[in-house]
Amino acid sequence: MDDEAKRERRLAFNRAFASSVPHNRALGVEIIDLGADFALFRLPYAEHLVGNPDTGVMHGGVITALLDSCSGAAVFASLARPAPIATLDLRIDYLKPAAAGREVLARATCYKQTRNVAFTRAVAYHDDEDDPIASAAGAFMLSTKLGNVAPIKGPS
Amino acid sequence: MSLSLVERLAAAKAAKDMGALVDVIPYAKWLGLSGKIEDGALITTMTFAPHLVGNPALPALHGGTLGALMESAAVFELLYRAESIVLPKTITITVDYLRSAATVDTYALGTITRHGRRVANVSVVAWQEDRAKPVATAVAHFLVMAEQQGA
Repeated sequence: MDDEAKRERRLAFNRAFASSVPHNRALGVEIIDLGADFALFRLPYAEHLVGNPDTGVMHGGVITALLDSCSGAAVFASLARPAPIATLDLRIDYLKPAAAGREVLARATCYKQTRNVAFTRAVAYHDDEDDPIASAAGAFMLSTKLGNVAPIKGPS
Repeated sequence: MSLSLVERLAAAKAAKDMGALVDVIPYAKWLGLSGKIEDGALITTMTFAPHLVGNPALPALHGGTLGALMESAAVFELLYRAESIVLPKTITITVDYLRSAATVDTYALGTITRHGRRVANVSVVAWQEDRAKPVATAVAHFLVMAEQQGA
């Protein structure tokens, strides 16, 4: 199997995995794209996601959940082989309110991976990544289960 | 009808009806949040439901739901303690995930560390069956100025 076919297979697997997360489905999150180190998600606007009924603006918690999911997917996509991951911390800066009635996109990049930890950056936006609604920085623990029972062997 | 959100929040607060505080926010209702006063502290509960699951294999709650619970608990604490009702706007929130959260009810308590003229700092702890074993903590900054001043 050539590299392209391998990449396609990994992408399909990751997309299926991310789509199977119950909370993502409940929110209505759609996976638009997954690359070797990034994820692009879409969250359609929905009444049940509203935080302020006067303005119809989505709740900040929804943006948190979207950025958390998207960041996790970017880490997962960047792994050489599938392994459990766990969010260590996630910081979110709210830069401007989301516009009522509009879908929100999220793009996350896994920009650094060490043996135990992966680091992400993400933005949520409507049209322009350079004019974001929120930005996030995350750290994820890798191989949360396997790491404990099967430590990577060093040179002996 | 057509009371504004701030008016409805003020009414809920005056009636000491924490359920009403949650009911006016559609997303809080959808998450299954509820508020109750215990020994003078406002505890926010996120009742378990299948749509909150992030990892069906473990199984565990979705991290985003914990973030949303703690952000909401911080907002409720600010609304509950503040003298006048101002809708707090989240500036930043940092969530630390400490343990995987089981598929059971989750509780959160916000503590106002500092309430300034413009910014309030709130720390939040979330736990499940054992309060001594938090599943996540958060620190959030909110803009707490009256509406017309904007962000």
